[in-house]
Amino acid sequence: MNITEKILARASKNESVEPDEVIFVNVDKAMLHDVSGPGVIKVFEKLQKQGISVDKLWDPSKVWVAEDHFVPSAEKVSAENIVKLSNFTKNYGIEKHFKYGMGQYGICHTLSHEEALVLPGEVYVAGDSHTNTTGALGAFACGLGHTDMAYVLLNGKIWFKVPETLYFKLNGKLPDHVMAKDFILRIIGDIGTDGAAYKAMQFGGTGVYEMSIDERLTLTNMTTEAGAKNGIIEPDQKITDHLAERGATNYTALKGDSNAQFAKIFEYEASEMEPTVAKPFSPQNVSVVRETSSIELDKAYIGSCTGAKFEDLKAVAKILKGRKVKIRTEILPAAISIYKKALENGFIKIFLDAGAMVGPPTCGACCGAHMGVLAKDEICISTTNRNFPGRMGHVESQTYLASPLVAAASAVTGKITDPRDLN
Amino acid sequence: MKGNVIKYEQDNIDTDVILPGTYLKIHDYAELATHAMEGLDPDFHSKVKEGDFIVAGRNFGCGSSREHAPIALTHSGIKAVLALSFARIFYRNAVDGAFLLPIEIDENAYKDISNGDELEINVATNEINNHTTNKKYQMKPFSEIIGKIIAAGGLFKFKP
Repeated sequence: MNITEKILARASKNESVEPDEVIFVNVDKAMLHDVSGPGVIKVFEKLQKQGISVDKLWDPSKVWVAEDHFVPSAEKVSAENIVKLSNFTKNYGIEKHFKYGMGQYGICHTLSHEEALVLPGEVYVAGDSHTNTTGALGAFACGLGHTDMAYVLLNGKIWFKVPETLYFKLNGKLPDHVMAKDFILRIIGDIGTDGAAYKAMQFGGTGVYEMSIDERLTLTNMTTEAGAKNGIIEPDQKITDHLAERGATNYTALKGDSNAQFAKIFEYEASEMEPTVAKPFSPQNVSVVRETSSIELDKAYIGSCTGAKFEDLKAVAKILKGRKVKIRTEILPAAISIYKKALENGFIKIFLDAGAMVGPPTCGACCGAHMGVLAKDEICISTTNRNFPGRMGHVESQTYLASPLVAAASAVTGKITDPRDLN
Repeated sequence: MKGNVIKYEQDNIDTDVILPGTYLKIHDYAELATHAMEGLDPDFHSKVKEGDFIVAGRNFGCGSSREHAPIALTHSGIKAVLALSFARIFYRNAVDGAFLLPIEIDENAYKDISNGDELEINVATNEINNHTTNKKYQMKPFSEIIGKIIAAGGLFKFKP
């Protein structure tokens, strides 16, 4: 069995599982945020009307809650959703509620590893499609809707069809100026936005294990954009150390067997990877940066679970140091702990000196919610994950998805720019 | 199940056009329905009728996990989406929440069915009758688990 199958076998109390088998798995961790939380509350109300008990959760200590999409409250409706969420966690005894403006807060897929909320070998489900991100820790991490999350909260289990696994092997270390984002965009360009539909995407090879954890998280994060059920990387010493620094040592990490089966293996040579963008209006519409360098931009957006982790901000700081931005540039660290670390490392001053805006952690404009949404015909380069029509605002705005290095280099020139071509 | 077709001849109709992100804060089903398909077809709300079907290409519902997407379509009156394939979260949200039926059709049926056609779908026999053209198509049968959840009326009524 491969790692995904091993985790699903353990969680379903089976000795082994095979692709396409339908199983019920016991869930180890579950998460809701300020969109899926009120969605689940609505499902609970429906269930109550049908006479189904919603009096208590299966295990409130395994549930955590983040506020990230419409915070700081964009308007009255989102403010009310935050109040609803607070009442919900209080009533059901959920203690791990990362309230906005109260200690640690930020985007859920960043808190999951920053706070060691999910551990290797676990089954983690959450009411958000980018839950796949957390698979970089060696967990089975999968996004679900409101009904499924309500079922998990009440029963502690959920059904899955065991996915086939596509294995992506990166040989050698990525060259300077090339990031995990370039690699995953290349993969999505190759296999398409349904290329991994219903499947697992596993990453390995020297190039992946050379990467920082933040970079690995970019790979698993974007598996959602290829339609994958989960993205996963077998954990190594870097993961063990990261978790130990946060006091998490009590878990059983799983790895695939030496004869693990994969539906297909894709091999890439790191030395051949180049700075890459996904053009509007699909993450599969990829091009190397040097072939799109004539595109004039209105804005650079550096934010989201995909592109505002500490290593992402470090890459942006490397480019912006001693330079000025030529277009509106908005930088929103993914969690307040990352904001603080960026401040301590001098990045925030670099961003401000360059003329950029630095904002609070929020999903914000990535999902077209607020805090920097795009107007008609505006063209944005963004470190986020999706560029469907209207994703970041007006349906006729355009988003180019790129790495933090490409986004920062483009902010400096006002055109889509390969960081290698910056003076 | 009988209804008329609203056809979108394209692949990858994503959740951002089915229900744009700015409305994710809304959880009133009737209000969500007024914004269904707004990113692709601003006239959808005024033309959709109770019992209608959507016909579309590959990977319908790709993108976000927002259950708002099948909710907005269902509460607009859509009883089924007939597509070449579906993205996984949209598919399971539709089934587990007992919203619209996600029905997979083949290329032949997809090409043959036109906007406005009247279809009759029989999920017991997997047959689709096109009353406008007098043609018959086969839908892809639901897998065992999906069939059982649909028959039960959603995940909460399903007994494993």
